[in-house]
Amino acid sequence: MDLSSINPLILLASIMVASTPILLAAIGEMVCEKSGVLNLGVEGMMITGAVCGFVVAVETGSPAIGFVAAALGGAVLSLLFGILTQYLLSNQVATGLALTLFGLGLSALIGQGYVGIKAPVTADVNIPLLSDIPVIGRIVFQHDLMVYFSIALIAGVWAFLKFTRAGLVLRAVGESHDAAHALGYQVVLIRLLAIMFGGACAGLGGAYVSLIRVPQWTEGMTAGAGWIALAIVVFASWRPWRVLIGAYLFGGVTVLQLNLQAAGVAIPVEYLSMSPYLITILVLVIMSANRSRAALGAPAALGRVFHASH
Amino acid sequence: MLTLEKRPSPSRMWTLLTPPLAVVLTMIAGGILFAFLGKNPVESIRTIFWDPVFGEFAFYYRGQLLVKAAPLILIAIGLSLGFRAGIWNIGAEGQYIVGAICGAGIGLAFYPTENPLIFPLMIFAGALGGWAWAMIPATLKVMFGTNEILVSLMLVYVAESMLASVSSSLLRNPEGMGFPGSRNFKDFPAAHNDYLIESAGIHWGVVAAFIAVIFAYVLLSRHILGFQIRVTGQSPRAARFAGVNPSRLILFCLGTSGALAGMAGMFEVTGPAGQISIDFNSGYGFTAIIVAFLGRLHPVGILLAGLLMALTYIGGEAAQSTLGLPAAAIQLLQGMLLFFLLAVDVLTNFRIRFGKTEAA
Repeated sequence: MDLSSINPLILLASIMVASTPILLAAIGEMVCEKSGVLNLGVEGMMITGAVCGFVVAVETGSPAIGFVAAALGGAVLSLLFGILTQYLLSNQVATGLALTLFGLGLSALIGQGYVGIKAPVTADVNIPLLSDIPVIGRIVFQHDLMVYFSIALIAGVWAFLKFTRAGLVLRAVGESHDAAHALGYQVVLIRLLAIMFGGACAGLGGAYVSLIRVPQWTEGMTAGAGWIALAIVVFASWRPWRVLIGAYLFGGVTVLQLNLQAAGVAIPVEYLSMSPYLITILVLVIMSANRSRAALGAPAALGRVFHASH
Repeated sequence: MLTLEKRPSPSRMWTLLTPPLAVVLTMIAGGILFAFLGKNPVESIRTIFWDPVFGEFAFYYRGQLLVKAAPLILIAIGLSLGFRAGIWNIGAEGQYIVGAICGAGIGLAFYPTENPLIFPLMIFAGALGGWAWAMIPATLKVMFGTNEILVSLMLVYVAESMLASVSSSLLRNPEGMGFPGSRNFKDFPAAHNDYLIESAGIHWGVVAAFIAVIFAYVLLSRHILGFQIRVTGQSPRAARFAGVNPSRLILFCLGTSGALAGMAGMFEVTGPAGQISIDFNSGYGFTAIIVAFLGRLHPVGILLAGLLMALTYIGGEAAQSTLGLPAAAIQLLQGMLLFFLLAVDVLTNFRIRFGKTEAA
């Protein structure tokens, strides 16, 4: 065992990279849940985004176009979920599961010719001056654009929900769709938009895995990140900045266990690699043990089917 | 303009008609998909859905049908109990793996003893392992109200890591030249889940699946517990008034589905799979979710749905070798089936009206 081989600077810097996929997926899912829709298909949308982004980036040679394609892919897939749950009034839990199973199959089919290819490199943005700051510059200011985009997205979502009228309407729909409907808001349309935003974010998160984090395509490569994103939304009690904290915590655990594996710690590799999932369970338990607080955060109409009878 | 009008009670006719309708729609959509992949759609669909049962080599495939269907039915029966009551165990894959590890582990511990009691003990250990794995989300749900969907799913990844660990250390074949994977159960008759009738593909797991179907049917239609499950699913509030104890129901539903999944894993690993290895599990725990819904959460329906889903596995493999259809296409086909089922399900609960309804 050689713990000194772990460079704390690189460790901290890689936390931001490891957290970004979950962060993107989680913030999208949070908006979706804020509108009262529980989409359990995050994993399916992420993996579809991962393969769409990868294929397009390889074909065009541009990671940027790849990310756009990933967002589109995720959004289109989530639209399927939207049509089923909003127009055909299907059960959201079952439909979300179906979306995940479907997405896993679809991505494997699309990506079968792309296994083993390397993705085009995404350049890091070296912010002048800031990236020259000793220590902090290396940790915070030398990443690719998506890392900063994801943080900006959190800020954007926070401002949208807190300060804009549209954000208020979205929250109203999530708290009581009947009241919102009575006030003349188009519940179904608003929810569809929220679902598609969630899909696009999950797609971006998936593409971040296949284009930057790994960067390769393998079947089922998101390995439960979508489910962890769902757990983080619960952990964050549906608040944007807490999503950031949650995602970075999990990113930290993932990076740490990978570093411990590399350093050859006496704990078997299998136990280290199950640790992020065990910690997710632990966090869920802690969050749900405090029932009154958990209930406060959750949108009241979460998961309920809306059918305007008149 | 199309409008939906809620039916006072679910349509009995559509309840029976929607699964076949979904299958037909999946065949059509699958045909279009295969055409895009450059295959002859009619031939592909025939290879998957028709040839394994009625084709030239059907005598071989028919036996495989029960082998593949048994674990799916066994798991789906357990899942359907919970799904009916709104208890979502989606970690059956993990319970399946842990059941297999426990069952196989007990068996291997007795190697090379020959005793007729070993196999029953292994079945018990497999069920116990799956039960214990499912009791984790159940206990957390009862004690803290933790979401069972996320916990049971997280435990799938934990179980997969455990499987990787035991197949390369604890249960590794000492005579396997260091390769990961346990002893093959074919070389250990007392613990081998051998065919009872080889030509029909009947082994103990198939027998267990049939027994589970009968028990679930009796439970749901004749027993007070079945009544409680059904009431809870339709109206949790009414169930409270009827004296249903929700905690007991959660423990029962998750525990039963875990035990059945664990048993399925044990039968699979000692029979068709043959040994504990890193990838002996082939996603049955997830496909069983589709089977449960396709069978309308009804035991007899699940029996039929399990056979149909087994058909797509077998037909899919045949189509892979004869037509070069990618394996992922079959997975996609199965996902599509669930989608179509959920989509046409709207007909069960709602009536479609053409034209605008009068102002209510």
